[in-house]
Amino acid sequence: MLYREAGQFKTTYAEDQQIFPIRQDRIAMALLLVVAFVVVPMIANQYWLAAILTPFLILALAALGLNILTGYAGQLSLGTAAFMAVGAFMTYNFVLRMPWLGIIPSLVLAGLCAAGVGIAFGLPSLRIKGFYLAVATLACQFFVLWVLQRVGWFSNHSTSGVITAQKIVILGYEFVSPASKYLFTLAVVAVMALAAKNLMRSQTGRAFMAVRDMDVAASVIGIRMMGTKLLAFGISSFYCGVAGALYAFCYLGTVEPEAFSLDLSFRVLFMIIIGGVGSILGSFLGAAFITLLPIILSVLSGAFSHVTGIEISYAVLSNFELIVFGGLIIFFLIVEPQGLARLWQITKEKLRLWPFPH
Amino acid sequence: MSQTRNVGDVILNVENVSLAFGGVKAITEVSFDVREHEIRAIIGPNGAGKSSMLNVINGVYHPQQGSITFKGLTRSDVDSHEAAKQGIARTFQNIALFKGMTVLDNIMTGRNLKMRCNFLQQALWIGPARREEMEHRRQVEEVIDFLEIQHIRKTPVGRLPYGLQKRVELARALAAEPEMLLLDEPMAGMNVEEKQDMCRFVLDVNDHFGTTIVLIEHDMGVVMDISDRVVVLEYGRKIADGTPDEVRGNQKVIDAYLGVAH
Amino acid sequence: MNWAFFFEVLIGGLLAGVMYSLVALGFVLIYKASGVFNFAQGSMVFFAALTFVSLTERGMNLWVAMAVTLGVMVVLGIVIERVVLRPLVNQPPITLFMATIGLTFVLEGLSQIVWGSQPHGLELGIPDVPMEWLSKSANINISQFDLFAAGVSGVLVAVLAVFFQKTRIGRALRAVADDHQAALAVGIPLQHIWAIVWAVAGFVALVAGLMWGARNGVQYSLTFVALKALPVLILGGFESIPGAILGGLIIGASEKLAEVYIGPYFGGGIESWFAYVIALLFLLVRPEGLFGEKRIDRV
Repeated sequence: MLYREAGQFKTTYAEDQQIFPIRQDRIAMALLLVVAFVVVPMIANQYWLAAILTPFLILALAALGLNILTGYAGQLSLGTAAFMAVGAFMTYNFVLRMPWLGIIPSLVLAGLCAAGVGIAFGLPSLRIKGFYLAVATLACQFFVLWVLQRVGWFSNHSTSGVITAQKIVILGYEFVSPASKYLFTLAVVAVMALAAKNLMRSQTGRAFMAVRDMDVAASVIGIRMMGTKLLAFGISSFYCGVAGALYAFCYLGTVEPEAFSLDLSFRVLFMIIIGGVGSILGSFLGAAFITLLPIILSVLSGAFSHVTGIEISYAVLSNFELIVFGGLIIFFLIVEPQGLARLWQITKEKLRLWPFPH
Repeated sequence: MSQTRNVGDVILNVENVSLAFGGVKAITEVSFDVREHEIRAIIGPNGAGKSSMLNVINGVYHPQQGSITFKGLTRSDVDSHEAAKQGIARTFQNIALFKGMTVLDNIMTGRNLKMRCNFLQQALWIGPARREEMEHRRQVEEVIDFLEIQHIRKTPVGRLPYGLQKRVELARALAAEPEMLLLDEPMAGMNVEEKQDMCRFVLDVNDHFGTTIVLIEHDMGVVMDISDRVVVLEYGRKIADGTPDEVRGNQKVIDAYLGVAH
Repeated sequence: MNWAFFFEVLIGGLLAGVMYSLVALGFVLIYKASGVFNFAQGSMVFFAALTFVSLTERGMNLWVAMAVTLGVMVVLGIVIERVVLRPLVNQPPITLFMATIGLTFVLEGLSQIVWGSQPHGLELGIPDVPMEWLSKSANINISQFDLFAAGVSGVLVAVLAVFFQKTRIGRALRAVADDHQAALAVGIPLQHIWAIVWAVAGFVALVAGLMWGARNGVQYSLTFVALKALPVLILGGFESIPGAILGGLIIGASEKLAEVYIGPYFGGGIESWFAYVIALLFLLVRPEGLFGEKRIDRV
């Protein structure tokens, strides 16, 4: 099938403003959804579903949240994991204390709690920019974890601060198997990704980007600095909060606050740098890349040991992973600051012309 | 050129405005007025305080002294958001477009004050949000047609040449359907052809929409041709005010531009 | 109120603050000269301390090890300038900042692959015990080592001040900090200057690494010390050396006092975030820091 848009004329603005204006893209997206919802749960084994695909989707959602704040609205945050922690612990508490709510409302409420925390820590963004703001978001990271550890209420007074996520039950159906947890995650992520795309292609998204690109001009055309920045913090933290809840409920099962350390914040940041800052697709590509990289490295090191007979210790491998992560970040920032998403776009542009060189 | 438009009452009155940064005085006790539908030019040598004056009018800078009256509403201090709400739009000396967005999106931001749907409706892309988006798209396309930039509507503005960027910036300001348009050196750095185009657009805007225009421009030919009245600033003070002919003959203005032997 | 105890905590806090300043200095140097907020300063501290301690453990003389480590840090500075900074010149500061986060990971991985990840003790020959005469006369326990560290920091600041004020390179550095373009125009080679600044920051990292290493042992957690220096920077402003010193003192003292006097009401452990909250509150009042200049956005 040739990738062409020739002959596809747009006769209304609605047609012109679709998410995928090119027909082939729409078909590809539909196929992808069918594969993700139907084929994958049938053919993937438990390990892939539980240990790779589910965390990939969850981290992609977190990356999407950070991308809304950093990529679209231009406010750098190092507190992603803290917002995720709020989502996880609040969902646990809503399910625990108000079991009649049901899981979806609990998720939404927990997301709103995360949004509230995000807005509170976003307040300094009204007065400070850039590095100063990044440092301020670190305060959020440390403070939130400290509160979750110290205040017994959050973990229902468990001695170690560890919580065990309850079963997800919708209309009597229990999501227990890896495949069902995967599907639950996928459904949430798909809906939220679509909402994010809609948001970013309408006035809210344009206001975010305007604030990012030139704040003085944005306020001169009537965009409210304060409302826009806080909305970005709120929406972003909502996404991160839901991602954190899924992280606890669909992936880890038992969680302590330490699972949401600064390291996780950095990992999510790396996902958007590698995937593409200011791109929804990029959040997914970056999450896939960062999730798969350690697996690829360990396979490679296994092969290396097999061939040369030199055993690579776990410590060396994990340190090597750090170097590769860091190196890749620098590499992408230098070579392709817009990440994998941009590479994908370039490929598509090439494909439109193929097989003609120009 | 014959001016057949009917210039109306005073729409903007700048009274006794002074502005300083730290110890540096940018504007000292400047007063002037702008009438409805007229094209008013502010000229003066570099550093005369022209851009600062525009920044005071639309609330980017806050003057230490004096007041601004726009459409009968007097204020000594206003933020730029309020100024935009009252119907003041502007362009900047160093183009202030949103570099990461397409031409279309840039111009669409100009309509933000007219959009009513909240972010939840937009996220769901349901009826009202969708209709609103299409309705504003239609209006933006009219501005795009007016300024003849149809061919670049999907191009990221960062990739456009300078002259076109200036035009897109004008488009963004026009999209807000302003009552008063502040143009900060709209023709700086353009070649003759681009300048002629821009002059035509400025006059057309003034003519078709009746928009009041305040512009800063260095090209004297342009200023004398298109403006109704001219304010001349030097070192932050007003040294002359009047029709192009009056200003041209003013000895202080000649001195300011040609320099005086002391 | 037990005043002797209060002063003990206060002085202890001030001296700990000096150690924060020491790390913050490295940030300020690089920020002043190149506008880069070097998140990797903490891992440079770790890298320097680990290199030094590993060399001495292999039987190298203390001074020789110090010289060798200094050499390594200078080479590291040059390599960073070449590989990371030069290709990113003219990029927005936030891009450079993210690149230094990447650099942090590279340095942490690298130092642990080369030297192993087990913790090391570091002995500089200054015992970490209270000074006897002070404990006896005033009943205030002040560690001898803390005083020594403060002394070293003082000397370091003096050396840096002389370096910046009196030497040719120092003057060039200040010129670059003032205005990159203008410095280029009068023929100051920007790239050399950046390499030098990173090397000097490496030297500061070495000193900080020795002090902190002797205090807490040389281990991975040393990299977190840098996170403690960030609130100091917010307080003092990113481009002011006196700000870094004063900010460090304020953070150190208030943190210790808060831990002792307020901490018990919260169940302790408030040290992990208290400094940040102080810095945040401060930011809301004075976003440009203690010594920073107020900026006017020109449009």
